[in-house]
Amino acid sequence: MTLAELKRGQQGIIKDVSSKSIPLKLLEMGCLPGNAVELVQVAPFSDPMYLNINGTHLAIRKETATHILIETTTNG
Amino acid sequence: MGKQINVALIGNPNTGKTSVFNALTGLNQKVGNYPGITVEKKEGVCKLPRGLKAHIIDLPGTYSLNASSLDESVVIELLLNKNDKDYPDVAVVITDVENLKRNLLVYTQIKDLEIPTILVVNMSDRMAYKGISLDISHLEEQLKTKIALVSTRKNKGIDNLKNLISNYKTLSSEPCLDTRDIDTAYFEGLKKAFPNQSLYKLWLVITQDVNFGKVDRKTIADTSAFKTKSETDLKRLQQKETIKRYQFINNVLKKGQSIDLKSAKDLRIKLDRVLTHKVWGYLIFFIILLTIFQAIYDWAEVPMDFIDSAFASLSEWTKNTLPAGAFTNLLAEGVISGLGGIVIFIPQIAFLFLFISVLEESGYMSRVVFLMDRIMRRFGLSGKSVVPLISGTACAIPAIMATRNIENWKERLITILVTPFTTCSARLPVYLIIISLVIPQGRFLGLSYQALTLMLLYLIGFGAAVGSAYLLNKFMKMKSKSFFVVEMPNYKLPLFKNVALTVLEKTKSFVFGAGKIILAISIVLWFLASYGPGEEFNNAEEIVTEQYASQNLSQEELDQKVASHKLEHSFIGIVGRAIEPAIRPLGYDWKIGIAIVSSFAAREVFVGTLATIYSVGSDEEVTIKNRMAAEVNPILGGPLFNLASGISLLLFYAFAMQCMSTLAIVKRETNTWKWPMFQLVTMTAFAYIVALIAYQLLK
Repeated sequence: MTLAELKRGQQGIIKDVSSKSIPLKLLEMGCLPGNAVELVQVAPFSDPMYLNINGTHLAIRKETATHILIETTTNG
Repeated sequence: MGKQINVALIGNPNTGKTSVFNALTGLNQKVGNYPGITVEKKEGVCKLPRGLKAHIIDLPGTYSLNASSLDESVVIELLLNKNDKDYPDVAVVITDVENLKRNLLVYTQIKDLEIPTILVVNMSDRMAYKGISLDISHLEEQLKTKIALVSTRKNKGIDNLKNLISNYKTLSSEPCLDTRDIDTAYFEGLKKAFPNQSLYKLWLVITQDVNFGKVDRKTIADTSAFKTKSETDLKRLQQKETIKRYQFINNVLKKGQSIDLKSAKDLRIKLDRVLTHKVWGYLIFFIILLTIFQAIYDWAEVPMDFIDSAFASLSEWTKNTLPAGAFTNLLAEGVISGLGGIVIFIPQIAFLFLFISVLEESGYMSRVVFLMDRIMRRFGLSGKSVVPLISGTACAIPAIMATRNIENWKERLITILVTPFTTCSARLPVYLIIISLVIPQGRFLGLSYQALTLMLLYLIGFGAAVGSAYLLNKFMKMKSKSFFVVEMPNYKLPLFKNVALTVLEKTKSFVFGAGKIILAISIVLWFLASYGPGEEFNNAEEIVTEQYASQNLSQEELDQKVASHKLEHSFIGIVGRAIEPAIRPLGYDWKIGIAIVSSFAAREVFVGTLATIYSVGSDEEVTIKNRMAAEVNPILGGPLFNLASGISLLLFYAFAMQCMSTLAIVKRETNTWKWPMFQLVTMTAFAYIVALIAYQLLK
């Protein structure tokens, strides 16, 4: 599944990041395969998404999140 | 005087880099610009042990040395250019103990440039609270550096840091990673082609579009001994580099850092549950805005009234004390009135910057970005446009510079174009004086009508910004990739020292920056108003006396008639009456016209101009406000500043593009005169039409 489908409070592990659509900056902030990700909070219409990736708290748009593949580890 | 050591402070945003800078330099700092670009350059001086001195530069916050904005390019350009006079003898990398892993990324890059580097672990007072413990000697060994545990909040570790800086010669300049590990064949080839250069430096030159010395991108690409790679391959390698760096950092931290999650407490979750909530989040944001406007209006009134009357007495005192003559008049009517027009706004501007810097420092501003992104996107803006739009309430110039972190060019351009609609502090003087003249006193739900009007004007400015963004988004055909990432920093209690320094610095730059223009214009205006050509001006006394000979006026009334006749036929009066036909339908007389024309230098000139024009020829000690209230409409009779002309003026100032400095900045940021000219013409035309409609409906 993609990161965009994660529900609030759920956690997952990043499996793959589409390097074409994801800018280097996001990778540098820790959005790399193998890192844990949690959806902390969503704005109305679940966009943007407030994430905790590997201890870094950041917000990205839902569209960006569709280019990040994850595997869930909890069912929140 | 011994040699000064150059020290560069580098680090991610939100690591307290500025606090460390403030702790090191105190008031010995100055803020300027890098030559040719508008990136803020902060430098200061710090005394070190053993009589040494350090010249400290606070570089813009950056997540890595791969620049994606102008601010970040500044960092790389300095670090790659050994001939720069600011090239650091030692780099100090600031990290936040709670985000050590991510903050270390840029540290490893700087180490690989073989610059002696000190690592500062800031906010160390929060370690126990977060259940974090560090094995410092292990970290120092693995990261090949010296570590300073610092808490700017508790004022701890700064002396140790100064000590480490003074011993910079003993620091290792060994790199952390071997650049060849990224792609052995590629980098071996590079090494052969340029045997004398550091590999990581070459790599940055290839991937970044910055200048450094003799070896630039092109010479590398042209070297036949070495085969270059495509953009896609380079990006893939950069990605690999990032992964390698994180592997290294993870290995170091595995032994060097332990986090006991059980003893960690998290205020962030509790606060975010409310502050980013779908309903409460927006409500709280609205209440915060309301409080700010009430504060600017109500709290600042006392010091402002004091300043106003103080300058009126000063002007009066000058006139009575100094020998009568042209110089005394220039001083009393031109210079002092002009200066009063600047100084009076210090309380409000200080309040505004106080609130903005508290919101930034506390980490709340990022939550606003998060809350607003979706809504702003509907208008072709980004959540990050909220920060420029809010800081635009202080001044459009820093606000337009703050658009740099908007990743999408179209969203950024639209933000730049609409930001001048937000009510900047220069409009405030105009609004305040007109509101106090035409809006009645009284309260509604504890808020004064006048404060509510001011709030409404802010909302109108914001609405105009958002509305025009919507139209621009519809009509501008421009494809650019949508991308948005914003860090949500920890909540922090703002440090008093940081807030105070920001308020001081910004207020100072308003007073001296705008002050110079206002003062110059006031003096020019005074001359233009005090002298005139021809019979009508020079023989005013006789003409007026003759004209009113039958009416038996008192001497005082006669003097007033003479003064106003003189003003009307002075140079400025002639200019003013020439443009009067254009502004009469808006409800203004020629004096307001002059004030509007001079406002194109800077809006805040308006009040100063009126003050100068009205004080020429008047002998009594009166405040600017009283003078304006006494003005009579020459055609309709009744006060010149009534509800209709007042509202019309307010609306004109709300929409018109009247700031040369903003136009200059827009030109610089968009690299063409097309956009500033577009702003000047459309905004001013719109302002004229709206003011016209308002006056015609209300009169």
